[in-house]
Amino acid sequence: MTSTPLDGSSTAGGGLPLDGNAMAGDLREIFAVDVTAARYVCAGCTHTDAVGTLMVWPHSPGLVARCPHCSDVVIRVVRAPGRVFLDLRGSVRLEVPLEGG
Amino acid sequence: MARTAVSGRLTWRAATLAEARWESPTARTLVLDVPDWPGHLPGQHIDVRLTAEDGYRAQRSYSIASAWQPGGKVELTIQRLDDGEVSPYLTDVIEVGEQLELRGPVGGWFVWRPQQTAPVLLVAGGSGLVPLMAMVRARAVAGTRQPFRLIYSVRTPEDLLYGDELRRRVREDQGLDVHHVYTRKTPDGWPSPAKRIDVAALNTYGWPPDFGPDCYVCGPTTFVETAADILVALGHDPRRIRTERFGGTS
Repeated sequence: MTSTPLDGSSTAGGGLPLDGNAMAGDLREIFAVDVTAARYVCAGCTHTDAVGTLMVWPHSPGLVARCPHCSDVVIRVVRAPGRVFLDLRGSVRLEVPLEGG
Repeated sequence: MARTAVSGRLTWRAATLAEARWESPTARTLVLDVPDWPGHLPGQHIDVRLTAEDGYRAQRSYSIASAWQPGGKVELTIQRLDDGEVSPYLTDVIEVGEQLELRGPVGGWFVWRPQQTAPVLLVAGGSGLVPLMAMVRARAVAGTRQPFRLIYSVRTPEDLLYGDELRRRVREDQGLDVHHVYTRKTPDGWPSPAKRIDVAALNTYGWPPDFGPDCYVCGPTTFVETAADILVALGHDPRRIRTERFGGTS
């Protein structure tokens, strides 16, 4: 089961990427805060921006989010029955804004 | 409102369809009654999950169309895709009084907050208007005066969403301007032929980069990338351009 885009058009989309916004729901089931507003640092090229700007391919057994600058994989989210696998090795760090901060 | 909208982990919950209305021949607004809804920011979306009798599940994300007001309902506008798995059910099958499963609100990056003081440029392609309409509505609810400009690209006049409301808001909401780009068919007497969004449209009807506007671009992936590239080429700060891609064609 993958999270797909905002008007359900991915099935007609022929594999066009979405963006990190499309991961918001699946990540909010894991984290207590919104991660799409967090800043990542790409392990491949050190580019940094909001997770919402990552390029996301939903047509796979999970969500694969790539750096828009160097196209390296930054985040992978794979759902399985009763659990979720989160692979962050492409991200040097996440900077998460805290409310009131 | 914003505080509760982003705290705690999320789970799926049931919502009841309280009301529905057609916005165009292929787009329907669903008014949902969601118990204990924590409120939302304009630009956020929800995930909808449908479960078939055999257990098969399909999940989609839909932008919230309404501005939040305490005690209010949550509105989605669904564009029907004839080969879609979920949208035809939401536009043509589900009836008032029935329930669906949802998770949200989610997304904290593609949002506009009334505390932002900069002018705002909204660039919509097709049903990409939905989250941007939530921003227009939230501005009116908050009673703030940041100047807003909306450039709305749509195939034909029949496909327009919220046509009457936008006309009314341009008259009544001070500081809101709307420009349409028709890509396939224009209204009678329209001054230019049908065309895709281009440099001229964004340069003429957007804000000058010097004004430092916050730009929001939403629509099909190719539309979003074209419009965002033009904005950067015109001199807009890429850090002030927020985008949301819907995937396939509008």
